Amino acid sequence: MENLRYELSTTKPAGGTRAVGLVGVVASGNLEVLLERGEAPDRCVIDIATPAHGFAALWQAVTADFAVRMAAGGLRITINDGGARPDTVALRLAQGVHLMEKPE
Amino acid sequence: MTSPSPTRHSWYEESARGRLAHLLDPGSFTEFLGPERREFSPHLGLFNLPHQLDDGIIVGTGRLDGRPVLVAAQEGRFMGGAIGEVHGAKLTGLLRAARQMKRDVVILFDTGGVRLQEANAGELAISEIIRATLDARAEGVRVVGLLGGRAGCYGGGSLIAGCCSALVISEQGRLSVSGPEVIETNKGVEEFDSRDRALVWRTMGGKHRYLIGGVDLFVDDDVAAFRAGAVAALERPATLDQAVLTAEQARLERRLARFGDAADGTEVWARLGVAHPAGVPDLDTSAFLTIATRKREGADAAR
Repeated sequence: MENLRYELSTTKPAGGTRAVGLVGVVASGNLEVLLERGEAPDRCVIDIATPAHGFAALWQAVTADFAVRMAAGGLRITINDGGARPDTVALRLAQGVHLMEKPE
Repeated sequence: MTSPSPTRHSWYEESARGRLAHLLDPGSFTEFLGPERREFSPHLGLFNLPHQLDDGIIVGTGRLDGRPVLVAAQEGRFMGGAIGEVHGAKLTGLLRAARQMKRDVVILFDTGGVRLQEANAGELAISEIIRATLDARAEGVRVVGLLGGRAGCYGGGSLIAGCCSALVISEQGRLSVSGPEVIETNKGVEEFDSRDRALVWRTMGGKHRYLIGGVDLFVDDDVAAFRAGAVAALERPATLDQAVLTAEQARLERRLARFGDAADGTEVWARLGVAHPAGVPDLDTSAFLTIATRKREGADAAR
C-alpha cells in the first residue's frame, strides 16, 4: 500500500455546513472519498492510500488541479483507492465537494 | 407492490447507501459507526489490499413507513460484500441491540460469504451473527432479509438469510450456500458450468427460490418494490418456537424427497406442475406471479 499526503493551498473555502460526506466505494477502478472539516479555510489536506505503487506524480497533478478548481478550503479528505483512473478521481473529488454543500 | 413502476430505479445497480436512502423514510436514517469512525479491517493491509472505511457494511436506525427499524446494508462492490471481522461485528452488534430494544431488523444482503483473507475471524463472525439473529428472534424480533444485490447472497451470508423471519427477493437476487464457481471447482464443470449464467439463475435465482418456497416474497428489481416488500415482510409472523421449527423441518424433508434428484430448475418447476417450465425465465413479474402463486411449493407459515 502506498500512502500519500498532499497539503494544498486553496483560494475558495468549502460551502455548506455538513460535517461529513462520503462518496464512492472501494472497488476495481473506483475509490471512496471521505470529506471532513477542520482545516484552515485556505488549506485542504488529502490523505491517499492506494495499492497501485509509483503513481505519486499523477496523484499530485490531480489533487493540485482539484485544489485550484474547486471550493475545497477547510476540508480534510481521505481517499481509499481501488485503482481508479485520474478522471474518476477528479469526478469523485468534485462530487464530494458538491455533497458537502448540500444540506444533510 | 409488484407492478413495474413508470419510474423504475434498479435495486441491483444501486450502492448499499443508495438502497438505504430509497428504502427508509426520507431523512430518518442515523448511521452507527459511520465511515468517519474509521472502524475498518485490521487485516487487509497485511495483504496489500485497500480497506473501506465502513468495512463494506452500513448499520443504523431509521423508519420504514413510520415504523422504527434497525437496518444493515452490505456493499457488494467492496470485496464482493464479503464478511470479515469488523463487518461481522457491526452486524452482530446491531442484532444484539435489536434484541434489547425489541426492534425489528432489515438486512440488505449483498455478499459472497466469508472474506477469505480473514477466514477464521469471518467464520466466527458468521456464527456470532446467526446466534444473535436467533436470540433476537426468540424475543419476538423480526429479522427481514432483502435479496437483490450484485454479489447475490452466498456462503455464510445464505446461512444468515436462512435464519431470517422473512425473505424478499428479485429475479436478479441469487441465494445459495455454494456459489457457481465453488461448485464447479469442487465437482467439475460437468456438474455445474459457472459460466452458464442462465443455469446459475435457473438454480439459484430469485424465481427459482420463490417457486421452491425458499423465500417469501418476489418483487421487481426496483427500489420502491423492495420498500413495499420490506413493509409487507415486517407484517409477517415473528413466532419462532418448537412448532415452527418442527413444521419447517418437515417441509424441508418433503422438499428433499420431492426434488432431491432434480438436475435443473426446469425439472423442479415441471414437478411443481408449471406447464411450460422452459419459459419461466422469460416471464415478466406479473405473469410469473400468476403462475407462481398457484404452483409454488407452499412456504407455509413455517419460517
